[in-house]
Amino acid sequence: MVSVPKDFDPRTYDPVEHRAPLVLGDHDFHTVTESIARPVEWKPPIGWYLVLAASLSLLGLFGVAIGYLVWEGIGIWGVNNPTSWGWAIVNFVFWVGIGHAGTLISAILFLFRQKWRTSINRAAEAMTIFAVMCALSFPTIHVGRIWLLYWVFPIPNQMAMWPNFRSPLLWDVFAVSIYGTVSALFWYTGLIPDLATMRDRAKTRIRQVVYGFFALGWRDSNRHWQHYEKAYLILAGLSTPLVLSVHTIVSFDFAVSQLPGWHTTIFPPYFVAGAIFSGFAMVITLMVVCRSVFKMQHLLTYRHFENMAKIILLTGSMVGYAYAMEMFIAWYSGNPYEQFAFLYRAFGPYAWAYWIMVSCNVISPQIFWFKKARTNMAVLFIVSIFVNIGMWFERFVITVTSLSFDFLPSSWAYYSPTIWDVACFAGSFGLFLTMFTLFVRYLPMVAIAEVKTVMPQANPHHASGMTTATGGH
Amino acid sequence: MIGVALPLVATTVVFAIWYWFSPKFTDAGYAPAQPVPFSHKLHAGDIGLDCRYCHTTVEKAGFAAIPPASTCMNCHSQVRTTSPLLEPVRAAYRGDKSLEWVKVHMLPEYAYFEHSVHVAAGVGCASCHGRIDKMTVVSQEHPLSMSWCLDCHRNPGPNIRPSDVEVTQMDWVAPPGHSLTISRATGRELNPPTHCSGCHR
Repeated sequence: MVSVPKDFDPRTYDPVEHRAPLVLGDHDFHTVTESIARPVEWKPPIGWYLVLAASLSLLGLFGVAIGYLVWEGIGIWGVNNPTSWGWAIVNFVFWVGIGHAGTLISAILFLFRQKWRTSINRAAEAMTIFAVMCALSFPTIHVGRIWLLYWVFPIPNQMAMWPNFRSPLLWDVFAVSIYGTVSALFWYTGLIPDLATMRDRAKTRIRQVVYGFFALGWRDSNRHWQHYEKAYLILAGLSTPLVLSVHTIVSFDFAVSQLPGWHTTIFPPYFVAGAIFSGFAMVITLMVVCRSVFKMQHLLTYRHFENMAKIILLTGSMVGYAYAMEMFIAWYSGNPYEQFAFLYRAFGPYAWAYWIMVSCNVISPQIFWFKKARTNMAVLFIVSIFVNIGMWFERFVITVTSLSFDFLPSSWAYYSPTIWDVACFAGSFGLFLTMFTLFVRYLPMVAIAEVKTVMPQANPHHASGMTTATGGH
Repeated sequence: MIGVALPLVATTVVFAIWYWFSPKFTDAGYAPAQPVPFSHKLHAGDIGLDCRYCHTTVEKAGFAAIPPASTCMNCHSQVRTTSPLLEPVRAAYRGDKSLEWVKVHMLPEYAYFEHSVHVAAGVGCASCHGRIDKMTVVSQEHPLSMSWCLDCHRNPGPNIRPSDVEVTQMDWVAPPGHSLTISRATGRELNPPTHCSGCHR
């Protein structure tokens, strides 16, 4: 065992000289496998069924809302002239943003050899994929006639219709669908050794067959591992630029237009920072819950949460800088329309939304300057919820205020959502939570094979003499 | 097995949609039965009636009028007055009712089409309707799909006739390499719309 002092407290453990271990407690490879496989193999507690039932109800609401939307048309939403982009686009950007943490954790932190990613990457990637699914559903239904959605793809057809490649909305189609595909591939590749573990541990025939099918015949051989590591590295390399490109292109949806408040060059970096910010907030929200429900305190340690809190603090401050810079440039540009757009954002009829955004995104994460806050689960959870709220409002403020008050005062109008806007947004959480609830029940939520590589036993010189990361199950 | 089946299924699906979903398959060749077995081949081809004798509004209006029964009776009050095939025409004429011809060349309602502007520019009837003068039963020759319209709107030259050739002359064939982009009505360069609202108004 690694030498952990008897009076070890992860909150006070010197982070520079001796970093806190990433797997706490008296664990070896076998007990780690046991503790991660347990939620997949146990008979789930009643709480799991309750959460699933609640999520499925929301998902049903999503189905009803979409069904009625398709039947009746997008007139059931609050969108109209001049605010033709309402909650649906806000929700789209919100969910795409959340989908950024997974790939950042799995790809960029992997390339930078940040070992602390191992305990959280599986769940974060799953969250990413589910968030991208939610995100993609909104532009899909926002087109109104969803049976004509194939028009967004360059498919030769009898109408000689071809997508407009100069439109960022088309770039978006490609950016987000590529991101979803690569994230899913990356996630699945990482899952293969663990699926084999689950297959080998399976008690029922069904599990054996299903896990066995998806494990692709993984036998833990040296050659398998060599191929696997190469594939994982390549996918990490492919995903890394996507982390930056996706939200850059989402920001182009706004920045390439001519509208005051949208037409700014700061948008791409500002959106990417905001996306990572919101993504990590959602990871914290989910992980704080999973950690205590599934007894994963030894894997999801204070060090993991502290690191994530630091990223929240950094990206939150970057977002705050962007808000300030937007204001400054509006003044500095001397453009009266730009100045008006930002003054109206902060002090006009949508001021309530603007200041919710500022307080949640800029002010609330500042508490993470304090180590006590970074290692307090309650504070982490509450701030992460604030950040989730704040980032939704950021997209609301950007989308709605600029459209409501454009160049022509006679066309100004205040935007209000309808009950169906709310139903769609709540319903998308149903989709997200249903997927995540099923995920924690049927797949190991921590990368079993990978987390073993950061344990002291993985060191070839370790006294136990074990050298393979997946041994011991 | 999947490696073979998947590309095979994908190719089949692509081919099926490409072939059977295309207006070239679904629309071209449409030849409904009409209330009277009127032969364009006989009237326009053998006898040589001008198209505009019956479809009077084609040069002035968006819609090329279907003639009333009285137009038929201009001749048929003298010719074949007892033919049983013509009884519905005579009945319509006596009863002041219209014959219910079945429309062959149909465009969707969201596509705005104007006959007169095409005639004025010098597009021949046959360019869109084919050799009606050879059809005993009129059938739709061309797919009338959006891309088919756009083919000409993007490159009208081969279908614009010189001003000394009538648009109604059915047997005119453009000489090889023919391309004319001057409107016979205005003498100006033709600029057919290719943007959405040109037709979807």
